[in-house]
Amino acid sequence: MSTQKTVNGSKTNGNLQAKDFASDQEVRWCPGCGDYTILKQVQTLMPKMGVDPENIVFVAGIGCSSRFPYYMNTFGMHGIHGRAPTIATGLKVSRPDLSVWVVTGDGDALSIGGNHIIHLLRRNLDINVLLFNNEIYGLTKGQYSPTSPQGLVTKTSPEGSVDNPFNPLSLAIGANGSFIARTMDRDPKHLQKLLERTWQHKGTSFLEIYQNCIVFNDNAFGPYTDKSMRDSTSLYLEDSEPLLFGKDEAFGIRMDGCRPEIVDLNSGKWSKDDLWIHDEKDRNKAWLLTSLFDDNTQAGKLPRPFGVFYAEERPSYEQLVQDQISASFERYGEGNLEDLLTGEETWTVK
Amino acid sequence: MSITQKQKKEVTIRFAGDSGDGIQLTGSQFTSTTALSGNDLSTFPDYPAEIRAPAGTVAGVSGFQIHFGSKAIHTPGDMCDVLVVMNAAALKANLKFLKSGGIIIANIDGFGKKDLSLAKYAPDETPIEDAKASGYIVIEIDVTKMTRQSLKDTGLPVKAIDRSKNMFVLGVLYWLFSRPLDSTIQFLKRKFAKKPEIAEANIKALNDGFTYAIATEIFSERYSVDAAPIEKGTYRNITGNDAIVLGIAAVAKKSKIPVFLGSYPITPASEILQGLSGLKHFGVTTFQAEDEIAAIGSAIGASFGGSLGMTTSSGPGVALKSEAIGLATMLELPLVIVNVQRAGPSTGLPTKTEQSDLLQAYYGRAGESPVAVLSASSPADCFEVTYEACRIAVEHMIPVMLLTDGYIANGAEPWKLPEIGGLKPIDPRYVKPKDNGQDAPPFLPYKRDDNLVRPWAVPGSKGLEHRIGGLEKDHETGNISYDPDNHHLMTEMREQKRDLIANFIPAQKIDEGNDKGKLLVVGWGSTYGSLKSAVTDTREEGLDVSLIHLRYLNPFPKNLGNILGSFDKVLVPEINRGQLSRILRDKYLLPIESFNRVRGTPFTVTELKDKITEMCAD
Repeated sequence: MSTQKTVNGSKTNGNLQAKDFASDQEVRWCPGCGDYTILKQVQTLMPKMGVDPENIVFVAGIGCSSRFPYYMNTFGMHGIHGRAPTIATGLKVSRPDLSVWVVTGDGDALSIGGNHIIHLLRRNLDINVLLFNNEIYGLTKGQYSPTSPQGLVTKTSPEGSVDNPFNPLSLAIGANGSFIARTMDRDPKHLQKLLERTWQHKGTSFLEIYQNCIVFNDNAFGPYTDKSMRDSTSLYLEDSEPLLFGKDEAFGIRMDGCRPEIVDLNSGKWSKDDLWIHDEKDRNKAWLLTSLFDDNTQAGKLPRPFGVFYAEERPSYEQLVQDQISASFERYGEGNLEDLLTGEETWTVK
Repeated sequence: MSITQKQKKEVTIRFAGDSGDGIQLTGSQFTSTTALSGNDLSTFPDYPAEIRAPAGTVAGVSGFQIHFGSKAIHTPGDMCDVLVVMNAAALKANLKFLKSGGIIIANIDGFGKKDLSLAKYAPDETPIEDAKASGYIVIEIDVTKMTRQSLKDTGLPVKAIDRSKNMFVLGVLYWLFSRPLDSTIQFLKRKFAKKPEIAEANIKALNDGFTYAIATEIFSERYSVDAAPIEKGTYRNITGNDAIVLGIAAVAKKSKIPVFLGSYPITPASEILQGLSGLKHFGVTTFQAEDEIAAIGSAIGASFGGSLGMTTSSGPGVALKSEAIGLATMLELPLVIVNVQRAGPSTGLPTKTEQSDLLQAYYGRAGESPVAVLSASSPADCFEVTYEACRIAVEHMIPVMLLTDGYIANGAEPWKLPEIGGLKPIDPRYVKPKDNGQDAPPFLPYKRDDNLVRPWAVPGSKGLEHRIGGLEKDHETGNISYDPDNHHLMTEMREQKRDLIANFIPAQKIDEGNDKGKLLVVGWGSTYGSLKSAVTDTREEGLDVSLIHLRYLNPFPKNLGNILGSFDKVLVPEINRGQLSRILRDKYLLPIESFNRVRGTPFTVTELKDKITEMCAD
């Protein structure tokens, strides 16, 4: 599998640096917002792609995350709430040569735009989706979102939210997404690595980024991002490697039939050979992995995975469209307008 | 008995039967033969609302009306002279459309006890006898029996034989109107090229129907309609939706701008998406979206990428698109929205016609959101208007709303093939890439030209990287601006840009009558045919009435105010509760009178003539 993508056959800009991808606009997120890290890491990725800035387009909907395009010195569109996938789809189908990115949030992608994100995933356009999940509505100043946990007290849920939240990655794999991954703002190295994988995947890449909203939902992902806790709550996925977690990788996950269970590698009962080996191409295992979604601050609960859950190579939508267009030209030749207007039956008045 | 040959100036025939009786095919064949005979004509199909209503019921009746003549024909006709009914339900549903004393050709095999009951006639009712008693001329033919008789030696199963009933009836009508059979025979040979035995059976049924009419002397009169004085040229028959498809293909070929249609199926607009999906080799890409919003969103994305983005829908779908139309207004990208209107609100009468989305097109968005609005007046007119809508969208970087409706979308009329060379060029405002050296001035995506049009800088163009969005923008840089004066300026600019389109459209012409006088009738959209007939007829009766019919609804042609002011009275008939009339009163402060009907059907010429006569009387 090729890990280098080129656009228009041009692979240039060896000289460009991250700062060249920053626009002249003042970045306006709250001080300490997780979005700053993500912006920096995306700008760091850009020169590595070898794609000219004019061939890159960032498309967004509405929300804090959706201001993103304004800060990138590429082409960009700040659209309307939830509809970025539709705009990006039209752009990519008509301009398959462009590198198209969708930046969205949990409200934008999973609430008002829920219908579009699932259709984007099943069609598999070669578009990179960055979902900034902060489990809250930030721009409207603190209402619960479709990913807020039950019981979360917000401005619109004073007695705690009764909404059952979405598990974004289960939704994505259920919608037949071809690339499903999760990372976090507080681990820039992992974030950078996952952004690279997101870009490299040909097809719709769905990268969920746990992003901290310091003002309205601070520390929502603390159990996974906090250095003191994340060893026991987070599981870092590596392809072809066993599922290991805990301090000094003392724990692993094995399959008991089709039920994942935690095993203690120091117990003498289990070795690494007994563990679940991660396979990015195994759809069934990916299903199970996305369902590791417990409140794992509770003892004995399964850890939450980060990394690439699933990566499948299948034709992109725009490629299939292009194939049909080529076939149409081959079959009928360049369309003849006069013949088309004339149709099958005419008569002449003299 | 001798048969009298009569000359007719115009005739209207309505074919009606069960959905499975082949009514639309019979109608379209009669239309082709009529066109080839040189008549002017207009047709309208009347489909049942249900997809497969139970056979034999009134809900399942399918109709097709054709109005043809040796004079200019503008409508499918209010009432018919001849009603062809294949069963009792067809008679029940359509007798109201037959002129008094008109001819009914009835397939009496469709009037059995069961048929009468399915059509919900009372057990003691005898509709055929009642029709005779009411003064209609009823020609009774047992079409089923005759067709089976005719095709008994073909060896075909009875089911297949019964499918040729419509050709037997068509044969009878061809005799009645002195028409040649060859065009339909050729058609049948083409259609059933792979099943010659079916072609032969249908041709025999057609011939035998024709002979049956001669031999049985069931008619005492036979009619002929001479060729009409029609402009020289090559013609084809076309529906409004097909004309839009061809208009879009012409734009793609002529302008070399790739066309992208994002659409979601909706009655009565789906045929446009269907038609264009087969025209990839003309430079048209279609995308069937997951919903109406995605449809327009994808079109906006394509326009951002340098294609002409389009979306097609009907009123309820356009309502869903309104937020995105607002976005396109802010982005100032080319976008064409086709609204094939239907009777509303909500699901309304999806298969019936109305002109009630004009105010939606004008105002149906958040904020001050000016778009251009055009409308088509007839099926054939859809071609040119589509081309114009696209030209304006591209050259003025603006969303254009094109209004048609179910009546002209499905209705058909002869269309004189256009000279391709005569189509106006379309000039996109693409900007060339530039070298963005250290000292180069920054690219200004919202710097406008004399017509307030901004440049079209598409991704892939070096040095033109920029960000646009729905937030208010600085008037030149396009960066986000919350400055109060800038918002005021941009709001005015967007409106003025739309208004300046008036410099690039033709002056309004008087369609019928003089440029001043007592009464001016003002129309728009699909009412053209009935308005033209009503004004022509009343002028012949000596009334001082004129007609203008608007294609450009926003902005209006610059001379419109002068024309309106040159008449004592102005009448605006519309299939709505008075929408254009409101806009005209608002803009020109004139006491304009409305005439409104919302029955899901076009105006009848008679009701329009009555209104014109009434207004000319005092």
